[in-house]
Amino acid sequence: MSREHILHRVRTAIGRSAGQPPSAAPPVRLRVLNDDPAARVATLLARVEALAGKTYHAAAPEDARAFVAAAIAGKTALASNAPFLAECGIANLPGVRTGITDREDLRECCSTVDIGITSADYALADTGTLVMLSTPREARLISLLPPAHIAVVPRGRILSGLDELFAILPNAAELTSSMVLITGPSRTADIEQILVRGVHGPGEITVVAVG
Amino acid sequence: MSAVFDKKIHQTLADANLQLAIYSATGRLKDKRTESVAADALPDYQELRTHANALKKHAIENLDHYLEEFERNVEAHGGKVVYCKDGAEVSDFVLDLAKQRGVSLIVKSKSMTTEEVDLNERLEHHGLESVETDLGEYILQLAHERPYHIVAPALHKTRYDVAAIFEKELHVSYETVPEKLSQIARGVLRQKFLDAGIGISGANFLVADSGAVVLVENEGNARLTTTAPRIHIAIAGIEKVIPRAQDLAVFLKLLARSATGQALSVYTSFLSGPRRAGEIDGPGEFYVVLLDNGRTKLLPSRAKRQSLYCIRCAACLNTCPVYRKIGGHSFPWVYSGPIGAIITPQFMGVSHEPGLPFASSLCGACAEVCPVKIDIPQVLLDLRSEVKKAETREKTNRLEKLSYRMFAWVMTHPRIYAWAGWMVRHAPIVKVGPVRAWTSQRDLPPMPRQSFRDIWSRR
Amino acid sequence: MGKRVSLFVTCLGDQLFPSAGMAVVGVLERLGYAVDFPKDQTCCGQPAYNSGYREEARTVARHFLKTFESSEYIVVPSGSCTSMIGHHFADLFRKEPETLARAEALGRRVFEFATFLTEVANVEDVGARFDGIVTFHDGCHGLRELHIREAPRRLLAHVRGLELREMQPAEECCGFGGTFSVKFAELSGAMARTKLEAIAQTGAATVVSLDASCLMQIQGALSRAGSKVRTMHLAEVLASR
Repeated sequence: MSREHILHRVRTAIGRSAGQPPSAAPPVRLRVLNDDPAARVATLLARVEALAGKTYHAAAPEDARAFVAAAIAGKTALASNAPFLAECGIANLPGVRTGITDREDLRECCSTVDIGITSADYALADTGTLVMLSTPREARLISLLPPAHIAVVPRGRILSGLDELFAILPNAAELTSSMVLITGPSRTADIEQILVRGVHGPGEITVVAVG
Repeated sequence: MSAVFDKKIHQTLADANLQLAIYSATGRLKDKRTESVAADALPDYQELRTHANALKKHAIENLDHYLEEFERNVEAHGGKVVYCKDGAEVSDFVLDLAKQRGVSLIVKSKSMTTEEVDLNERLEHHGLESVETDLGEYILQLAHERPYHIVAPALHKTRYDVAAIFEKELHVSYETVPEKLSQIARGVLRQKFLDAGIGISGANFLVADSGAVVLVENEGNARLTTTAPRIHIAIAGIEKVIPRAQDLAVFLKLLARSATGQALSVYTSFLSGPRRAGEIDGPGEFYVVLLDNGRTKLLPSRAKRQSLYCIRCAACLNTCPVYRKIGGHSFPWVYSGPIGAIITPQFMGVSHEPGLPFASSLCGACAEVCPVKIDIPQVLLDLRSEVKKAETREKTNRLEKLSYRMFAWVMTHPRIYAWAGWMVRHAPIVKVGPVRAWTSQRDLPPMPRQSFRDIWSRR
Repeated sequence: MGKRVSLFVTCLGDQLFPSAGMAVVGVLERLGYAVDFPKDQTCCGQPAYNSGYREEARTVARHFLKTFESSEYIVVPSGSCTSMIGHHFADLFRKEPETLARAEALGRRVFEFATFLTEVANVEDVGARFDGIVTFHDGCHGLRELHIREAPRRLLAHVRGLELREMQPAEECCGFGGTFSVKFAELSGAMARTKLEAIAQTGAATVVSLDASCLMQIQGALSRAGSKVRTMHLAEVLASR
């Protein structure tokens, strides 16, 4: 079959034999930023704003709840099953649907709802990035299909940057089939290099940091 | 060079609007990259390049090991790896699976590898609908054109071009506002994502220790392509494999900056298999197609195998003064720009387009911006030598060979050289050959009466 | 000083731009160097190498090695020729260890002119005077293979009466590229015209470079366009009084 044929061609070309151990790999290079953790929230939110995202720094969960309530007023919303959203009382805001575990229901809801509300497993301060793992608590489509996305993240999950993420999570594949790094609203510049937001993913993203 | 190549170059140079479109689009991308890797923005930039080069070198030199490790890990997470030696095997696999699962609609995210093997054409030939979902690729699919640029496929199209294409193919009214055009595409494609039975993606990286496929994008179409349909097939060249997930800390910092000047692209997906127990959405089946299609032909040459390090950022295109004039469609294959110039002869043979390695002033701007430090000018020089060796073997271009033999003889006989120089300076100028070519574009320099050595000898 | 340097004036410089070579001699002698001119010199072989004719390039390169073997310092008024000798001879003689060793040893003694002044002669002010607005074109080989960027600018900064204005964008190829200029003439011409636009934007009356080849391309395009802007080799500016 092609597998044997291709592997054989590869080995012949590079002068290796089957089962031969690899040569020594270059060391992993992770430079975890020596940042000020206290400043991380501000850094994260500033970066998100620079990407045309909206932000809010909630001192406590109740503030987050109030902010989200105002943000979704008059609109339909689906919240993920993230425990943190329940803790903040966001999951039970009037008008917010939550608790979906069925794939078809999820698709149906995501394709019609105005806003998807999620938490995030981590956030990366230096790039304004949300890190979302697909789990029973967080479905993938909620941060993808609806035209707007609100992410509510507790302070403690904000990392300095990409290097710290890979330092603490060397292999996300062990935990999930999908890890997505979300940095700003969906965009394209495919027509005359003119920036357009919200092509396929959400055109509006809001990051709420709590604590 | 071939007449075809010559003609395409001429046509592109003669089109003033196209010249402006190419130059300004690449200029914007070039400037954004420069800003994003400057010392104040990314102080580690040069160090990261060195690491990235070392990682790619190591992966390629141990490619079989990493392919097998990748395969084991994909399978451990419930996915399947399929090795395909060419485009026919890829489409056979997809067609077979589609048939078995009763799939008639496929959505695709942007993948140069699938362009390389004309996947859409093959699928459509067999009655499947395969829809490009990246806006630029979608526009080109409607226009039946090849990508113009590795990262910005519709770089050569104006909003008026797109308006005309949408009006004709989608039967919508003529609309030139880019935002509105994007919304039209979004509307059409949304339903396709939800209805498609298979989502096909490429892969920016294949991570050996995780069995993961990494997808880098800005629109969200790759996420939708790989989340909504029940089946995900990722198609990637075998050279895309990197050893460890942690190596992404190096590559991801370089890729988006080199391509568009972004610190990170909007969405970076790390996908390792069908959805796990408890996960609410995601595909139920996950396949990774590992494609050869000639990559094993580039491996044997120690000097040239660095051509496989490419992470398809297109920084070389954006900075290349030649690409910025002749554009993507002048190139004979789907890969254009400096990277296209070095891999095309290696995949297709040097005689496929013998002028290609010579369509460069060897300015080296490409090597300077390549995030994985491919020494493109050196590979071009090696390919030039191979073209000439082939011509010697095939006994073509004999006059040129003879003239360089004469050049070597003259340059090793100083008195003959001095005489030849005198002739150049004093003989009447005849506008044939190189002289004619030179004077078609610029004036000749004035011919000095005396050479330097004449003046020196009279001191 | 009493130091001796050999001049490799380059085939192009010898036959078509002798004043640049004479200017190099003038500047070096004024700094107290004794300049010799090995008469057997011809070419570094770059045209053959760049055109894919490696055997022919080797033949010419061997002649170069023989001609300059006993020179302590070799000064070259060209970034591309210096790069050919210092970097690409090694590629040519990869399979000939003895010649390779000679090429590497000689490569260490070859200097592009501006680099020689700033790094060996250790001068930046050569006492020159040149009134006018000048823009500097970085030849690609000198810039990217020899990493020459600062040396010519530091030298120009000390020229009395000279105002240096940088092109935007800077560092773009003039389109010469050796035989590229005739093999892909229309493309080469288009690249030259883009360079002319950048030059015009500076308002400079003179374009200066380290390489006569670039200057030949740029001057040819300027003349064709009917421009009054002229080109000069860096050495000619530095020799001006």
